[in-house]
Amino acid sequence: MTTDSALDAPARIQAPDALPAPDAPPAYTASELLAVMSARLLKEGQTVFAGVGIPLLAAILAQKTRAPGLTILFEGGVIGPFVEAGKLPPSTNEQRCTRRANMLVSITEVLLMLQRGYVDVGFMGGAQIDRFGNLNSSFIGDPAHPKIRLPGTGGGNDIASLADMIVAMKHEKRRFVEKVDFITSPGFLDGGDTRAQAGLPAGGMFRVVTDLGIMGFDAVTKAMTVLALHPGVTAQAIKANTGFDLPVPADAPVTEPPTELELSILRELDPQRLYTA
Amino acid sequence: MPLAYSELRQRTKARDRSLRDKVMSLEEAAKLVQDGDHLAVGGCTASRTPFAMIWALVRAQKRGLTVSRSIMSTEGDIFYASGLSQHLITSWFSQGIVWGVSKVMRAYTESGRARFEEWSHMAMGLRYRAGAMGVPFLPMRSMLGSDVLGRVSGGSAGPADPAFAAAKTMECPFTGETLLLVPALNPDVAIIHVQRCDPYGNAQLDGLTFMDIDIAMAANKVILTTERVVSNEQIRRQPDQTKIGFFTVDAVVEVPFGCAPHECYGLYEPFYSHMDMYAQMTARDPEAGARDYLERFYHEPKTWADYLSRIGMAELIDAQRRGSAIHDD
Repeated sequence: MTTDSALDAPARIQAPDALPAPDAPPAYTASELLAVMSARLLKEGQTVFAGVGIPLLAAILAQKTRAPGLTILFEGGVIGPFVEAGKLPPSTNEQRCTRRANMLVSITEVLLMLQRGYVDVGFMGGAQIDRFGNLNSSFIGDPAHPKIRLPGTGGGNDIASLADMIVAMKHEKRRFVEKVDFITSPGFLDGGDTRAQAGLPAGGMFRVVTDLGIMGFDAVTKAMTVLALHPGVTAQAIKANTGFDLPVPADAPVTEPPTELELSILRELDPQRLYTA
Repeated sequence: MPLAYSELRQRTKARDRSLRDKVMSLEEAAKLVQDGDHLAVGGCTASRTPFAMIWALVRAQKRGLTVSRSIMSTEGDIFYASGLSQHLITSWFSQGIVWGVSKVMRAYTESGRARFEEWSHMAMGLRYRAGAMGVPFLPMRSMLGSDVLGRVSGGSAGPADPAFAAAKTMECPFTGETLLLVPALNPDVAIIHVQRCDPYGNAQLDGLTFMDIDIAMAANKVILTTERVVSNEQIRRQPDQTKIGFFTVDAVVEVPFGCAPHECYGLYEPFYSHMDMYAQMTARDPEAGARDYLERFYHEPKTWADYLSRIGMAELIDAQRRGSAIHDD
């Protein structure tokens, strides 16, 4: 995989100079945009704890472009695999996750790597997020009488408790809420230093990547704030799709749109569009 | 409450832990599970799920089991829908991310007829490990500050169910930090599927071991189902490959394709068409769909081979071809 000729290609391929006309259909899906923008946040040499879906795609995309030495961890107990294009695993626990890995360990062992401090970035999706980056993947509605019982934390709580987090999710008002119905995976809890006070001195939310922009968190208040907008997205649009007051700086930069190369790698990875439809 | 240490030792002492032939049928092994037991299930999500043993337990009409597993997939649906269990302890429960949220799980939990007791994945691992170590708890640094903890601790963050085992926070006596203590799990019976073991229960596992080694050590009885029974001589030639020791094992059942329709590393991948069919069957009316599925695949077939025949030869060959492909790569 590291000998893939695509590796040295990014420098040769430039982002298009002009944006498509506003009425032209987008050349990529929202999921593809999420995967591309998230992949660009990963750096060569890092160790990334990834969930399946967009995080997995983004991590592999990063491996195939700017970070060939990126070490991916899967909670099934996998350290440093190169997942094969067209053979994406259905979860982080099947044999497809283990291809060309450096090491296989138990689930408990790979999760303890988080606690020991060997993981640079935790990377996952979320059903619901709030102003302080708390994530909910357990209950929609009152947990005592839920409207929807969701699958739960899996390793999400452990990753979010112990690593710097990148979260990739669709930007919708029903997902970006003032307060999550249930804190499955902790962000900055009630903001300020409440996370550390709760016994979580390490890690915390780093970036939230959506189909509208890239968000970070204020150094003191720990509230979410826009860092960059995707091409064609206005400050009003991102605010209108957020269920809390989301600051957008007047000079917020615009991200480079996905390149043909990034999109072609993603489509080769997931030809059946399991995760990018 | 974790099992009292004296009780744990007593139960271990009472078992026949000698080097003896433990090979038996699925039906005989099912008799080792009593109604009301805590049953731990090896594997994770759609991997090395001991479906043949689950099939036998459903057919034996076990009731009132508390079932724990690292992550639950379709077997969790089966536990609820068959009436085998109304209380599952796990970190994540749905068929799999590509199939969406389990509608059977939703039907049973949202109506309050069944419990899905949620702990973090690492908490599940350390709870089994504490059980394996013979200590009542282990400290850890996640779940703190979350409502996952609130629900299992009776804290202020969520509506705790008093029937749940409690997690507790403590101030570290050395550093003064806040730590979470998670209680040991010592299952009454563990069911684990392996690629091969000898008649005594010395098991070799290929690929991902998940939490199975700790589960085997923590449990008070272990039933191994295995793709192949190999000789003890083979085991003794490569003792470094033995992951589960005979002394923890009470039954060995040879069941080829014992994880179908899930995966067994290096041998077969998940049976994707069957998994899609299951998702469709349970999509519109989850409970009726699950009942139909149980009838067609659990009650009507009289043997495990009949079950596999119902799934179909084409599916079997496809899963095996994909599964063994990792040896060709």
